[in-house]
Order: sequence, then structure tokens, then C-alpha cells
Amino acid sequence: MPDTPFKSAVVADGLVKQFGRFAALRGVSGEFEAGKLHVILGDNGAGKTTLLRIIAGLSQPTRGHILVMGTSEVKVAQAQIGYMAHPSMLYDDMNGMENLSYFAGLYGIDPARCRDVIASVHLDPDLERRIGQYSQGMRQRMSLARALLHDPSLLLLDEPFSNVDAHSASEMAGLLARLRDQGKTLFVVTHQPALIESSADEFVWMAMGRIVNRTATLRAGTP
Amino acid sequence: MSFLATTRATLEKDVRLEWRSKDAINGMLFFSLLVGVIFSYAFEPTAEESRQIAGGLVWVAVLFAAVVALNQTWARELRNQVLDAYRVSPAPGNPLFLAKAVGNFMFVSVLEALMTLLFIVFYKLRPLGPGWQLLPIALLGTWALVVNGTFFAAVSLRTRSREIMLPVLLFPLSIPALIGMVKGTTAILTGADSARFYIALLVAYDVVFTTACLLLFDTVLEAE
Repeated sequence: MPDTPFKSAVVADGLVKQFGRFAALRGVSGEFEAGKLHVILGDNGAGKTTLLRIIAGLSQPTRGHILVMGTSEVKVAQAQIGYMAHPSMLYDDMNGMENLSYFAGLYGIDPARCRDVIASVHLDPDLERRIGQYSQGMRQRMSLARALLHDPSLLLLDEPFSNVDAHSASEMAGLLARLRDQGKTLFVVTHQPALIESSADEFVWMAMGRIVNRTATLRAGTP
Repeated sequence: MSFLATTRATLEKDVRLEWRSKDAINGMLFFSLLVGVIFSYAFEPTAEESRQIAGGLVWVAVLFAAVVALNQTWARELRNQVLDAYRVSPAPGNPLFLAKAVGNFMFVSVLEALMTLLFIVFYKLRPLGPGWQLLPIALLGTWALVVNGTFFAAVSLRTRSREIMLPVLLFPLSIPALIGMVKGTTAILTGADSARFYIALLVAYDVVFTTACLLLFDTVLEAE
């Protein structure tokens, strides 16, 4: 069961996002069911990251409306959102615990939870090494740990498997499937959809700033 | 988390990062040391001339050196898009701004303490007026520079040439504070005038600009 009282985690209505003369989104509309794993696919420049950033409240649409977790109030919705961007969103000169303890403070969370979250992504909470000295795979997992820190209902993950070795990617995919099974809503932007094909509920195909197809299976949407 | 707790946590984090990287401190120290030595050889002033010009030299050197630290303030938040992690949290923007301003105040104050020693040695300075008044002028003047500097460094964050934009925005606005700092310091060093007016000017400047920066910072933080 989804851990939200809403049927739709995200409702987008005619979202347009302009950067100067370039339109990154050209009228994105749709309802995205809560408690499901939505995989967003498309070529570079299709508007996937822009859509995630608008859902996260990090970017405002030029036109159109969006409801996230039943509200249009960005700060209210953000308390329920975990966002993982392509970069790590972590300080390179601090270790994992120091990073997560700082962010735990921003959410008013007991820092003791950091240990559990770090362990949940198969990293060692006692590792003294700074983030800047982590491998890309470790950095991605710590970044996921930061996004999971406040136990959000809605997870927005931008390229979580990029530059990650096959074993780590498979472990992360398993973790995402478990989170979906716990009732969380996930939006995963990826160029490696096969990794989460079995656990995904929907594949959202984007091109040129529009949603061009929504399919229940990966094969159904493949040209 | 309360306003003060978020401010303290962010300040502690910034001090820790600066202690480890020393990005701002090293840049400021090198720059100000260079300025101090060059000025002393360029002017070779007598003791009386030193008292007349030292106020201006010290504060101009601090202003230029502070820009180095102010540019670093937000650079580390842009690396790895960490600023977005703050923006997506429920924490308001003001504690972030205040922590950055206080952090810069600490770093620039360390620099000033060292520069004061340097100038005393190079210019053989001894104040003829009430020397204790240099302390409020230094504290208020430094806050005036860093509060606006921190704010405008954030404003210029998303501009293409932000390291140029910061002085372009900051220096004109700092003129009233700079006049207060320079004239006040000169008045104390020469003993010719009272510095009380300049201290009052700096208090008023600090109150007005701190309030304005705190009120406007959320808008700056959310701007794209």
C-alpha cells in the first residue's frame, strides 16, 4: 500500500519550462499514481531532469501547474520528497557520517538515524574517508542515503546507476524495488531501464520536452 | 530544527570545510600580504604620513582580500549541487545566509588581526586618539563588508562571470561603509577628530543592510 493518502503522487497540467528561447518542457501533463515506480526514459535533452527538478520544487514551470503529494505548496511537498541528482549533492571534504549528520539537522532528524541509512545502502557508517575519495559507486550510494534520510514518501532519482559497476547497480535496483514495496512512490530517470524492468510499474517515454508514451512494460514502448 | 540550530550547524560545517581546505584563508592571506608589502615599498611614508594613509590602505586591502573569501563562500555549495540539497530540505534560507555571513566575518577577522600586525610593523603605527575605538570600527566595518558581500556573492552565483560580478555589485554599495571605516580609523590614528560619528554611521549601515539581506535572501536562493 502507498504510504500517502493520495491516489496520485504527482499531477502535472500543461507544464512548460523555458530557458531563454529554449523550451525544455513543452506541455507535460499527466497523473502519476502513488506507491508506484515510474521509470522516465528518453534521449539527452528530452526534459527528464527538468521534469524531476520541477517536481522537487527546485525549478518553477514557466507555464502550467503541478500538484505534488496533494499540494502546490513547494515547502510542504518538499518535506516528503527525497531528491538524488546526477552529481552527489554531498560535500567532498567531509566523510559520509558528517555529511548526513548535517542534512539530518536540516530535517530535524536524530543523527543516530544516519548510521542505519548508510548501512541500508551497504556502506560503512564508520568509514573515515572523505566523499571526494569515494569511488563513483560509493558516492552514488551515499547520495541515495542522503535522499532516504528523512524517510520520504516520494523519491526522485536522476541517473542513480550511472558510472556504477554492475554489482552495485544491481544492489541499488534491489533497494529501489524494496522501497516501492514499502509503499513509496519513485521516479527514476535512467538510461539503463533493464536494471529495474522487473520492479517498475510504468515506463514514461519523453522526447523533445513532451511525454510521448506511457507503457506498462519496457518492451511495449521500445520502437 | 530552529533558526539558531540550523545557523549553528551550517556555521560549524563551513568552519570545518574551511579548516580542511583552507581555500579562503590561504587566498586572502597571500593577497593581503602582497598588498601590504607592495604599499609599504611604493609609498615609504613617514610616521605622520602613515597615520594619514594607513586607514585607507588597510581597509582597501581588506576589501579586496575579502572578495577572495566571499567568492569561495558559495563556490563550495555549487560543487556537486550541494546547494540544491539545502533548497530541497524544509530549512528556510535565512539561517544559511546568516551562517555564511558569520563564517566570513570570522575568516576576515582573522585576516584583519594579522594585517593589523603587518601594518604596525611596516608603517610603525601608533594611534594618537583613543585606540580602543578601533575595535568597534573593525567589527562593524567587517560586518558591513561581509553581510553585503555574502548576499551579492549569492546574487552573482548563477551569472556567467560571477567572480567579476561580485566586486561590480559590492564595491559601489560599500562606499558609505568604507568611508566610515577609513575616516574613523584615520581620526583615531591621527587623534585629530572624534570617531564617534563614523561608529554611529557603521551601526546604522549594518542594521539597514543586515535587515534587507535577511528579508531578500529567500528570493535570491530560489531564483533560477
